[in-house]
Amino acid sequence: MSKEPVAVVGIGQTKHVAARRDVSIAGLVREAAGRALDDAELTWADIDAVVIGKAPDFFEGVMMPELYLADALGAVGKPMLRVHTAGSVGGSTALVAANLVAARVHGTVLTLAFEKQSESNAMWGLSLPIPFQQPLLAGAGGFFAPHVRAYMRRSGAPDTVGSLVAYKDRRNALKNPYAHLHEHDITLEKVQASPMLWDPIRYSETCPSSDGACAMILTDRAGAARAPRPPAWMLGGAMRSEPTLFAGKDFVSPQAGKDCAADVYRQAGIADPRRDIDAVEMYVPFSWYEPMWLENLGFAAEGEGWKLTEAGVTELDGDLPVNMSGGVLSTNPIGASGMIRFAEAALQVRGQAGEHQVDRARKVLGHAYGGGSQFFSMWLVGSEPPDA
Amino acid sequence: MPEVLKAPLVVEFPFTRSLGPVQGAFLTGLRERVVLGVRTSDGRTLVPPVEYDPVTAEEIRDLVEVAPTGTVTTWAWNHAPRRDQPLDTPFAWALVRLDGADTALLHALDAPGPDAVHTGMRVRVRWAEERVGAITDIACFEPYDDSPNGGGPAEPAHHTGEFEDPVTGIVAPARLDYTYSPGRAQTAYINALADRRNVGERCPSCRKVYVPPRGACPTCGVATLEQVEVGPRGTVTTFCIVNIKAKNLDIEVPYVYAHIALDGADLALHGRIGGIPYDQVRMGLRVEPVWTEGARYPDHYRPTGEPDADYDTYKELV
Repeated sequence: MSKEPVAVVGIGQTKHVAARRDVSIAGLVREAAGRALDDAELTWADIDAVVIGKAPDFFEGVMMPELYLADALGAVGKPMLRVHTAGSVGGSTALVAANLVAARVHGTVLTLAFEKQSESNAMWGLSLPIPFQQPLLAGAGGFFAPHVRAYMRRSGAPDTVGSLVAYKDRRNALKNPYAHLHEHDITLEKVQASPMLWDPIRYSETCPSSDGACAMILTDRAGAARAPRPPAWMLGGAMRSEPTLFAGKDFVSPQAGKDCAADVYRQAGIADPRRDIDAVEMYVPFSWYEPMWLENLGFAAEGEGWKLTEAGVTELDGDLPVNMSGGVLSTNPIGASGMIRFAEAALQVRGQAGEHQVDRARKVLGHAYGGGSQFFSMWLVGSEPPDA
Repeated sequence: MPEVLKAPLVVEFPFTRSLGPVQGAFLTGLRERVVLGVRTSDGRTLVPPVEYDPVTAEEIRDLVEVAPTGTVTTWAWNHAPRRDQPLDTPFAWALVRLDGADTALLHALDAPGPDAVHTGMRVRVRWAEERVGAITDIACFEPYDDSPNGGGPAEPAHHTGEFEDPVTGIVAPARLDYTYSPGRAQTAYINALADRRNVGERCPSCRKVYVPPRGACPTCGVATLEQVEVGPRGTVTTFCIVNIKAKNLDIEVPYVYAHIALDGADLALHGRIGGIPYDQVRMGLRVEPVWTEGARYPDHYRPTGEPDADYDTYKELV
């Protein structure tokens, strides 16, 4: 028996900001979930199960927050699952929810991911004072910056490319009312003049710290037929993992990322991603990861990704728009960031992306990664249902 | 086998919490000696109040004031109170259904011993002297004999939930106490470092040398037992220049944080580069450790003066 086709019929997110002091965590997730239900014109009673994701519990210090959030998400008396795969969690949460529909376990599933970074300390939560270890590292930027340098060495990319990505993503964010950073006076010169934090990564080439939640309603063919607005159809979805550190690990282009993309393309019948996919919403917390992931995901040959960025191909009006929403560089509620990528892909193929809509976006990839470039989750969504 | 290292690890952080309208009113109420509940759509009163109806999932905001007296619905005796618990002498953890409420609130009950506690007993709030808008504004519950009055449940009264100077956030400290052990392989590595030797382990299957060793090969999934001394010299495979000072690190900025492949190791370890201006550090730089007396790890690595390693010799380790 073939899988049930999975459709996205509702999407909701909060206006992402530095601090939502007016709401509890329950109030935050409720806002996104309510908007997704409104978009789908459904009520709590229409939801069969809830799948929720966030980054480590110790970010906000609420252990197993899904237990306390059950009533805010209408999950009382229904199955509720929690997913955790570090920064990729928003993506893998959506995929776990999608698989419940594809397997015909549930007809309609609410999936949601969040982070309230203003009540959290991600840097501290990830840098515990482990005995016998030498404290050396200064945050996630310090972890990823050497890998960016390795990419620059390997590809021969000029050191101007990172700023181009940041300038593009921040301008895209101006068209997205939900994006956290709205830097109306952004210029390329300002990005280039921003301080080097972890050389070669500049301040303006890093992501902000946000409070936000994102929710989606996933449903089966029958649910999609009742949907008031065009659904997005899942054409392929996959997750892959690998250890943080091992001999032979390629931090610039991890094997797990390549394998994950290949699996998605196989499911969706994508022979040439550069030709067959119209836009990509990828997880770029530091600007240089755009060219790196373009290669890892097969949109460019190894060492060639930066050329797409430099030539303007990834601009909103380019041939392969990347991070139309403004990306992680403009909005980063960590646990939700992966789902925001998946949701943006779905918004695009539904034609619901507003001012950051890409013309004729029929197949769009959503991508997330997490940990030390070790967890990957991706989906490809389309405006037409998968072939029977 | 030498003894495996162990040490305490305390993880502690003062988390902030935005309360939202319902929890904010509840905690502000406690500061004013008012206990608030919330009415659900089926007419029950929940204390402590919640923001969303557990039955219908609807947002609920109909606040009511309940009595500071109630009935124990169940309890457990706490023989040995731990730090930061409400009382420092033995007490009962009790679920108390306040008069007017349909659900019970968890708190401490001050009683002389377990024989003095029973389900169904009447109790009342003992307010804290200083109240700030926190659950600890209820110092604890205490036994309360109201039999002359009958002690019938009071009818909860509507409350706006509005107070002067409302509490909108709290600080909720969390603390975890662990005993951390790095395990057999890293203990051996750390013990060898005391003699300023870098001892890794080779995987019997893929032959890769791990420094520090983990006791197992993450790729092959087999135990690693063969010890291999590597270094002390190595090659900078990649690096970044850190320009922001981390709160927990006593290192002056800028400094170079580098991945260093020790000669003979199959993946890089991390270290700081010194003895060379930060802007002259490069991939391929040959380095050696610099030790300070009594330190567990090299303080930093400095150039050996050898010619730089050719990129092809270390590119698989980048």
